Amino acid sequence: MTFINYAAREINCKIVYYGPGLCGKTTNLQFVYDRTNPAAKGKLISLATETDRTLFFDFLPLDLGTVRGFKTRFHLYTVPGQVFYDASRKLILKGVDGVVFVADSQAARMEANVESIRNLDKNLKEQGYDIAVIPYVLQFNKRDLPTAVQTDEMYRELNIKGEPTFEATATTGVGVFDTLKAVARQVLLELKKR
Amino acid sequence: MTAPDLVLYDEEFQRIRESLQRLRHDANANVVFLVDKNGQQIAAVGDLQALDTTSLASLTAGNVAATDGLARLIGEKEFSILFHEGEKDNIHISIVAQRVILVVIFDERSSLGLVRLRVRRATSELDKIFEDITKKVEREKESLQAEFESPFAEITDEDIDRLFSE
Repeated sequence: MTFINYAAREINCKIVYYGPGLCGKTTNLQFVYDRTNPAAKGKLISLATETDRTLFFDFLPLDLGTVRGFKTRFHLYTVPGQVFYDASRKLILKGVDGVVFVADSQAARMEANVESIRNLDKNLKEQGYDIAVIPYVLQFNKRDLPTAVQTDEMYRELNIKGEPTFEATATTGVGVFDTLKAVARQVLLELKKR
Repeated sequence: MTAPDLVLYDEEFQRIRESLQRLRHDANANVVFLVDKNGQQIAAVGDLQALDTTSLASLTAGNVAATDGLARLIGEKEFSILFHEGEKDNIHISIVAQRVILVVIFDERSSLGLVRLRVRRATSELDKIFEDITKKVEREKESLQAEFESPFAEITDEDIDRLFSE
């Protein structure tokens, strides 16, 4: 649900990073935070456990600049990836404008990726969204690992509607901004259709 | 898609601000702000310098969402009021018009009783404003095809590229 404030000439959009536990959602946000000009970002908030596992969400507000005289502000959220935090994941999807699915490239995590996409589909449906329609981008993270599965195989397994797909290594930032840009583009183009 | 976009026009924005100013004054509060349930700040008044209102908005919405989840688990529709008491500052959170969250931050110069009383009055004012907004948005939508030109109708790829050009 985009929030358009004509009084302040601002558009606010919500983007959620989804994916299985330890796939690198928080690392994506951390990299965006580290590489963004201080004037354009707010505080990165992480509601995490003592061992740095996301407990509720991470949140990063970003000002991207102006489009057609409107300040565009993106609110980036991550969900907790661990299976048993499903109730929290549902809450964070409320009012989402675009989703980035971060897949873990390691062979051992393929099943977790598939399960997490299925979970995303179900939770979006519960909020009244359709994964086939909502702005959606796929990221193959951890491409630097030796156990990474071939990308064409991952594409076959995980790509659901020909969505833009990016290879990434979030720890060094490879592919992080390309992913963000692709989802932001879809969200903004979606505004055009309204 | 489910919930319609929240659209705010200048006139209603001013009415909201006036209502929040009045509440802040009458309740003797430090800060009063309004957030939508998705964590986006709608308006804020008061002593905002030392406050990260964006983070506050997001965490408030997270807090309300989690509490809503708790309510449903025990068979309640929602907990319409949340109150956090600190050593110096306190936060009073309530739901307005089913979709927005009213947050009042106050210290020992006020009291929970006074805040609750004033919030109740402000809530009915804000309910009315949001009802007007919904009606206005629907009217605009009807005339959309006819004449209302959305500023986003002309967004181009170049516009979007420019956002990431730095």
